[in-house]
Amino acid sequence: MALELQAVTKRVGQAVHIKETSLVFEPGRFNVLLGETGSGKTSLIKLMAGLDRLASGKLLMNGRDVTGLSPQKRNISLVHQFFVNYPHMTVFENIASPLRVAGLAASEIQGRVEAAADVLKLRPMLKRRPHELSGGQQQRTALARAIAKESTAVFLDEPLANLDYKLREELRDQLPELFAGRGAVVVYATSEPAEALMLGGMTALMQDGRVTQFGPTAQIYRRPNTLVSARVFSDPPINAAPATKTGDRMRLTAGAEWPLAGAAASLADGPYTVAVRPHHVRPMHAEASEVKLTGPIMVTELSGSESSAHFRLGEDTWVSLAPGVHPFEVGAAHAFYMDPANCFYFAPDGALVA
Amino acid sequence: MAKITLDKLRHSYMANPSGPQDYALKELNLDWEDGGAYALLGPSGCGKSTLLNIISGLLVPSEGRILFNDKDVTQLPPDRRNIAQVFQFPVIYDTMTVFDNLAFPLRNRGIDESRVKTRVEEIAAMLDVTDMLRTRAANLTPDNKQKISMGRGLVREDVNVIMFDEPLTVIDPHLKWKLRSKLKELHHRVRATMIYVTHDQTEALTFADQVVVMQDGEVVQIGTPVDLFDRPQHTFVGHFIGSPGMNILPCDLRDGRAFVAGHQVSLEGAVTGSSGRTEVGIRPEFVSLGATGLPATVRKVSDLGRHAVVEAMLGDTKVNAIVEGAVPGQGEAVHLTFRPDQTRLYRDGWIASEQGKAA
Amino acid sequence: MRKVNQKGWLFVLPVVVLVAFNALIPMMTVVNYSVQETFGDNVFFWHGLGWFEDILKSDRFQAALGRQAFFTFLILIIEVPLGVIIALSMPRKGFWVPVCLVTMALPMLIPWNVVGAMWNIFTLPDIGLLGYFLNHVLGISYDMTQNPTAAWITVITMDVWHWTSLVVLLCYAGLVSIPDAYYQAAKIDGASNWSVFRYIQLPKMKQVLTIAVLLRFMDSFNVYTEPFVLTGGGPGNSTTLLSIDLVKIALGQFDLGPAAAMSLIYFAITLFASWLFYTLMTRNDVK
Repeated sequence: MALELQAVTKRVGQAVHIKETSLVFEPGRFNVLLGETGSGKTSLIKLMAGLDRLASGKLLMNGRDVTGLSPQKRNISLVHQFFVNYPHMTVFENIASPLRVAGLAASEIQGRVEAAADVLKLRPMLKRRPHELSGGQQQRTALARAIAKESTAVFLDEPLANLDYKLREELRDQLPELFAGRGAVVVYATSEPAEALMLGGMTALMQDGRVTQFGPTAQIYRRPNTLVSARVFSDPPINAAPATKTGDRMRLTAGAEWPLAGAAASLADGPYTVAVRPHHVRPMHAEASEVKLTGPIMVTELSGSESSAHFRLGEDTWVSLAPGVHPFEVGAAHAFYMDPANCFYFAPDGALVA
Repeated sequence: MAKITLDKLRHSYMANPSGPQDYALKELNLDWEDGGAYALLGPSGCGKSTLLNIISGLLVPSEGRILFNDKDVTQLPPDRRNIAQVFQFPVIYDTMTVFDNLAFPLRNRGIDESRVKTRVEEIAAMLDVTDMLRTRAANLTPDNKQKISMGRGLVREDVNVIMFDEPLTVIDPHLKWKLRSKLKELHHRVRATMIYVTHDQTEALTFADQVVVMQDGEVVQIGTPVDLFDRPQHTFVGHFIGSPGMNILPCDLRDGRAFVAGHQVSLEGAVTGSSGRTEVGIRPEFVSLGATGLPATVRKVSDLGRHAVVEAMLGDTKVNAIVEGAVPGQGEAVHLTFRPDQTRLYRDGWIASEQGKAA
Repeated sequence: MRKVNQKGWLFVLPVVVLVAFNALIPMMTVVNYSVQETFGDNVFFWHGLGWFEDILKSDRFQAALGRQAFFTFLILIIEVPLGVIIALSMPRKGFWVPVCLVTMALPMLIPWNVVGAMWNIFTLPDIGLLGYFLNHVLGISYDMTQNPTAAWITVITMDVWHWTSLVVLLCYAGLVSIPDAYYQAAKIDGASNWSVFRYIQLPKMKQVLTIAVLLRFMDSFNVYTEPFVLTGGGPGNSTTLLSIDLVKIALGQFDLGPAAAMSLIYFAITLFASWLFYTLMTRNDVK
């Protein structure tokens, strides 16, 4: 029941919105599209849903070519960022609407709607109308409609973006379980890296209409293939700085240097970009192998359990994120430490080399 | 800049409120220092917008007073309170250039043009928008638009308070981070009293020196981000702050000792009060997995890159633990240990254990 | 090959047929007449562009065109600002909103010839409410069947009464779409009422205002029924607008050739002016 994109592209006039993309989304697990606003997530979803036409390429659903097929004939569901429900219908009717269109028997509809309502805890609200519901309940109604429909593919386009923080957390926690074992291909678009990690499954990173990397979520987080992928999948932004390798040592243009080991040691001499995640840059010294970085502190933030400091490192601004409370003084120089084992090395063309 | 005092403030949208349930904002007394950074945090419908509108003057409270530098402004309209506000959706004057947008509040007040110019350029430099001054504001990206609306508040030297009403809602996550630190930096530089309203704990905690947590029109706790994280006064605060929030586990109390799912748990200190529904509160950060402790079964493991969240079932109760390094598999039997000095007791939602003297 | 759904064309077909039937075909007939001469009995002779030359040079046409342009100018200069002012002063929330909207919409619901007849009777010096009041109570000599100025004032007033609502309703729709935050921000920024209008309301109304100006231009430039029923083009030819003159030539004198040429010139002017308005008013929207 996989959804397969074969060399798909999309153009509007002369502008290329989706560059050639080939992907296979398998059912039974969460597929996340992660990218900034304007990176092409919604465009790609619209192509897959049949709301837009491909400029070239093919779209296969379960091996069958569905490229020119209208959305109505694809048996798909789409849940939007904005709560889309029929305002004049009750929650029950809203959930039942695609089933009525499909001409199912009344008893079958009753059963499916109630089952979906149970999963989404909407039972007590079935007789209400959308405007009597909270934002979270409205979005749950939209989700229930997608579940009751038993679609082959479900597209969720930033469905939680307009919900309160805690509500988002709660619903996000339930989503993967909600769709597990239903045999549908689930594609979820988000602009938040943290959300992708919490949802797990597979993630496709998007930037400028191109999928830069696709793979198991935690795995591509730990091993981004390019600097672009590393930046897309990082919140707070990944720290990066120019460096030069000479012999078995790497030296940041901003000053610090360290000996290389493993794969990095066998790289050719020359310029590289060093990148390291903020939580791997700590304000305190822990191990002897750690590299010391010093720079003036620009901004500090304290989130209760964690402290972060933004500091200047040569031409770049770096961020350190560490558990606990640390006394930072804005404007003063402070020493930070990182373990070179946590560094990524990118070649000048942006590809990960070690 | 001004000190802000809220004195026995209460508000109901009804003409004749008959009981506490009719109040959108329950009685509130508060002193905010001049130049501080404050946040109002809570879910939608908690009354934070009502409070914001009362401070800005869009709403007159049904009871109580609001004072700026000890001067009663309760009845004054917004334009006579010398306040600035940044809204959820960026408000900019489309037809004007960025320069004219920033100059607008000054020109309206008849400030002479040479002063306007220096002031606008000063603020533009702080916001990193100097190179955009000549462009039309309508063509900017949402984050730059939001910067301009902040700038219109900052240009005025006479503002008492600058208020932010969920200002990062329409901003992309990677820019949110930047804008948030920009705001923090600006606060550091101009030292204006700032009030930030949000439902997002990260935004509130990183921005403010002091956070007011609200629920159902009531202030549940006022404290520094560390206070709120360390010792939530109420289970709501524990749950609302932190991701995932505090584990709130039903418990039995026998002779001052707490039992969760039949197993004894040591608390941070002596228990206060008696009767009522009791719960143990422990943050996932302080739950560890080991060879000894409370027996539980792993239900789910989420790998979040930096660490993993392990969801374990202790009988019928769900317990989250944040684990760095090796994680157990799903369905595996584990033992949970709660760090005693971080284990709190709550009675009917409110904290009921004392710090220090271990029970 | 990829299957592309071509059914969309079916949905456009009725419109194509309809437009062809009520616009293209009649227009081709007119073009046909405009280049021929006829003495009746369905006998036609080729006349080239002769009619066009005659019409453009004729004093009668130029005078009618002048009156038409003056009429449209007055209509736009009065109805657009007036419509904006009324829209601004209408309540945006509460009980009075529907009352105002219905009141505003009422004049537009009345058939055009009825409007003409109403105002005709209304302004009659002896029996009309307004005419009687002006002549016999205020003692102002007013008779639009005798005095060209009175006729013009009446024609303009009638159109303002009938059509200002259109501008009002369109502007009102633009105004209510402005979020409250804009007004609150302006208040906080210390903006005057004029600044609020100039920098918030006007920019947000601009799109609907463009539509309003275009609609009012086209309607007033092509107006026929109401002034014809009201004054019949008189006294003398003083209110004979281009459209009224056209009908006189075509149906009064049965000069099909000149009438056809005139209507094509008329059409070209309307089209050109509409294009000009639209281009000028939307010029700044393009980056």
